[in-house]
Amino acid sequence: MEALLALSIGVLGACGTWLVLRARTFPVVLGFTLLSYAVNLFVFAAGGIKVGAPAIVDAVAPDAMADPLPQALVLTAIVIGFGMTAFLVVLALRLRGETGDDSVDAVPEGHGGRQRPDEAA
Amino acid sequence: MTAHLVAAPFLLPAITACALIVAGHRLAWQRALSIASTALLLVVAVALLVAVDDGTPRVLAFGAWPAFVGIVFVADRLSALMLVMAAGVGLAAVVHASRGADARGAHFHALVQFQLAGIDGAFLTGDLFNLFVCFELLLIASYALLQHGGGAARLKAGVHYVALNLVGSALFLIAVSVIYRIAGTLNMADLAQALARTPETDVPWLRAGALLLLVVFLLKAAAAPMHLWLAGTYTAACAPVAAIFAVLTKVGAYAVLRVGAIVFGTSPAAVAIDAVVLPLALATVVVAAIGALAAARLSVMAAWLALGSSGTWLAGVGLFHGAGTGGALFYVLPSTAAIAGLFLLADAMAQARGEVGDTICGAPRMHGAGRFGALYLVLAITIAGLPPLAGFLGKTLLLQGAGPDHGVLWAVLLGASLLNVIALARAGSRLFWAADHETPCPGLAAAARWRALAPAAALAVAIVALTPGAGALQRYARLAAEHVVAPSAYLDAVLPIGGGRSPVGEVLSLRETR
Repeated sequence: MEALLALSIGVLGACGTWLVLRARTFPVVLGFTLLSYAVNLFVFAAGGIKVGAPAIVDAVAPDAMADPLPQALVLTAIVIGFGMTAFLVVLALRLRGETGDDSVDAVPEGHGGRQRPDEAA
Repeated sequence: MTAHLVAAPFLLPAITACALIVAGHRLAWQRALSIASTALLLVVAVALLVAVDDGTPRVLAFGAWPAFVGIVFVADRLSALMLVMAAGVGLAAVVHASRGADARGAHFHALVQFQLAGIDGAFLTGDLFNLFVCFELLLIASYALLQHGGGAARLKAGVHYVALNLVGSALFLIAVSVIYRIAGTLNMADLAQALARTPETDVPWLRAGALLLLVVFLLKAAAAPMHLWLAGTYTAACAPVAAIFAVLTKVGAYAVLRVGAIVFGTSPAAVAIDAVVLPLALATVVVAAIGALAAARLSVMAAWLALGSSGTWLAGVGLFHGAGTGGALFYVLPSTAAIAGLFLLADAMAQARGEVGDTICGAPRMHGAGRFGALYLVLAITIAGLPPLAGFLGKTLLLQGAGPDHGVLWAVLLGASLLNVIALARAGSRLFWAADHETPCPGLAAAARWRALAPAAALAVAIVALTPGAGALQRYARLAAEHVVAPSAYLDAVLPIGGGRSPVGEVLSLRETR
């Protein structure tokens, strides 16, 4: 169980990292999705792996139940990660629309910190 | 009463933001509500600043849960100073934006309020996970604010900024999980106790978690070698947004101080953190000084100077030492205000100079060049750290506090100050003295009125006022830093809440009695 979980996190994390380093926005978005899966599993695993343990209920001895905190944390992390990925998708689409190019380094006019003065105004 | 005041700097902008979304698109109402709320935020922050000066941090435990299972907000002197800084800069930015910049996109004021809520939450929170949540709140607001005004340059900067910070968030969660696995808690005060007794076998894990967390904070603080995103992002943002962003990098260094001193200060990871922060901060200061020399536009120069100010503050944090860090804390207030002011001034100048914008070159003489020049002089003196204004006093206190053992720090900070003086003097003489026509463009007189300069001028007045008030501020900043580096008052205030640390069983019984 532990080996399987560790392996899944590792494979997801490695694939995610590789995709994030790609030059086009679509693989980068996919990469962040995989990376957030890996991170969420990692957060979840921080509570310790217990098979079949109940959630926090009063009838169960504290040692027998699953750690509730990482579950709460991972919920928050999933929501936030989902929102951020959605924002990145919209940003990538807008960039594609504005520059006609889905490269992460799409060079719009005014590259290198030199904007056109009318845009700065 | 003051216990509930602790949540106000977070709740006030959060509620205002929701109200602004509901209130509809009448810009006049939005402006009035946003300015009033930010002004009230400044009042609340100052009230908190006065209230916590008795040395006991105010703690608010939501739902009165024990500190180590619940959510706590803690306001001490350090938090209060940072809150005042954020509210002051926020107010100037909101007022400046209300002259028309806020009309270039939807929901500007709501986003600014969310941004302020995130910043204030990060300054107040007493546990690592809510620090993550507040960071995400301020980041998502900053992603959207960066896009305010639209355009391809902003989109491109936005993709880079968002991608970098998503990686940062992933690392943050991994670090938090590792630390939770070791200590079984995420409350900062509780962690301080738990991590001080880390078993020998867990020390490598602890070090890994601590340094991962440090990477995240240094990314937000734009410390070298993770500084490359800053200049592009800050330059792409419109001026009032860039002014608020000047506070954002300070949040990263604040987190290094808060977490580095309180959570890891007595743990086996402290040595590793001490070894990293100061050298990277000094490298940042050097890079920023060179970048400012190379800038071709005033707003680009302001972005590099923001990096330098953040690096100097981080260097003071890296000392983890009462007097030195206190000096940096004194420095960070006028310096952040001056950089925010410089962004606003650059924007006003770009409008008053017409088609050349804020490019550092000769142009037809501006209307009201005198008032622009005087304002530039005050801000430049503060940023470069020249006497007699507060920027100079801050740098002096920082160097004095560091003492003769830190020769490299002295050399780097003084050298960087020299480079900043050269950059600012060169830019100033080009902008104000190299006029190629004596007659200004008649169409631009309206853009050069005092009213366009009022927010930047207000920041300059605040900086000047800090100079006679330097004694009081120095005492305050020094005490703030001392109480973070030796956090016994902080621990005493937080730990006993709800009866202190107890085994899980006792928490359950406590839950039953509620």
